[in-house]
Amino acid sequence: MTCKELVELVTEYLEETLPATEHARFESHLEGCQRCRNHLDQMRQTITLVGKLTEDGISPEASAELLRIFRNWKKID
Amino acid sequence: MDTHISPLDDSSPGVIASLDDLRTVQALRNGDEAAFTRLVADYHNTLVRLATVYVTDRAVAEEVAQETWIAVLQGISRFEGRSSLKTWLFRILTNRAKTRAQREGRYVALSAFEELDANEPSVSPDRFNPGADPLYPHHFTPIPQRFDEIPEERLLSQETLAVIQRAIEMLPPNQRQVITLRDIEGWSSADVCNVLEISETNQRVLLHRARSKVRQGLEDYLVS
Repeated sequence: MTCKELVELVTEYLEETLPATEHARFESHLEGCQRCRNHLDQMRQTITLVGKLTEDGISPEASAELLRIFRNWKKID
Repeated sequence: MDTHISPLDDSSPGVIASLDDLRTVQALRNGDEAAFTRLVADYHNTLVRLATVYVTDRAVAEEVAQETWIAVLQGISRFEGRSSLKTWLFRILTNRAKTRAQREGRYVALSAFEELDANEPSVSPDRFNPGADPLYPHHFTPIPQRFDEIPEERLLSQETLAVIQRAIEMLPPNQRQVITLRDIEGWSSADVCNVLEISETNQRVLLHRARSKVRQGLEDYLVS
């Protein structure tokens, strides 16, 4: 396996959906290749950082507005 | 699309409603405000975030999310639990968001975007040796730099998060949906596939492309 082939398989590897032989080839290449280990680190860090984009909870205004909608619906239904 | 699934029809394949879902639905039918407030707290922001993939404008996305809650309440007596509450809720959302985007002349079939980068490699070919290289064909040159060697203050700074935010906003809508739900909202692969009605394989491909682009954006920014 070359580095160029490996980079196409990173997500499947992390999702644990690579077939057994492919998985073995992937790890075998990784063991001998610092460059690909670094690339895998970059992908892992990317995922972690993307996860930091979560927001705070719903705003009080939005929550209040939706509660008002709920109360109206209760009356009609 | 083979079969038309009405937005209020929950009788579609996928994970069925949990006991928790059924209790929540019953509570809503009984007019339980606390149950509704909890549901809204759990899902409203994600509804808005997903809606922005279709309608772009945040204020419009808020409206679409609100309309979704109204549709949920109006349809609550018909929910049969054949899909999870989450799947049902988010399918209503995506349908409403698409309709709204179409009405505003903004909607391009999402599949159209996919064709554009169908054969694009995940990493630019200029990062590798050529295939004809005698010693290490197609190996990384130069060595990629690890992000975990970058000082934490820089890695976790507002500027870095802004770079990521921008990279995600520039993704084709299908990729943006998947990375948003999987990596920002932490959804399982199964939930994403059920709501977006795509196969596991398709989902993985979209996720890979999205993550690859964001990684590239980060590398360009962090490594000078």
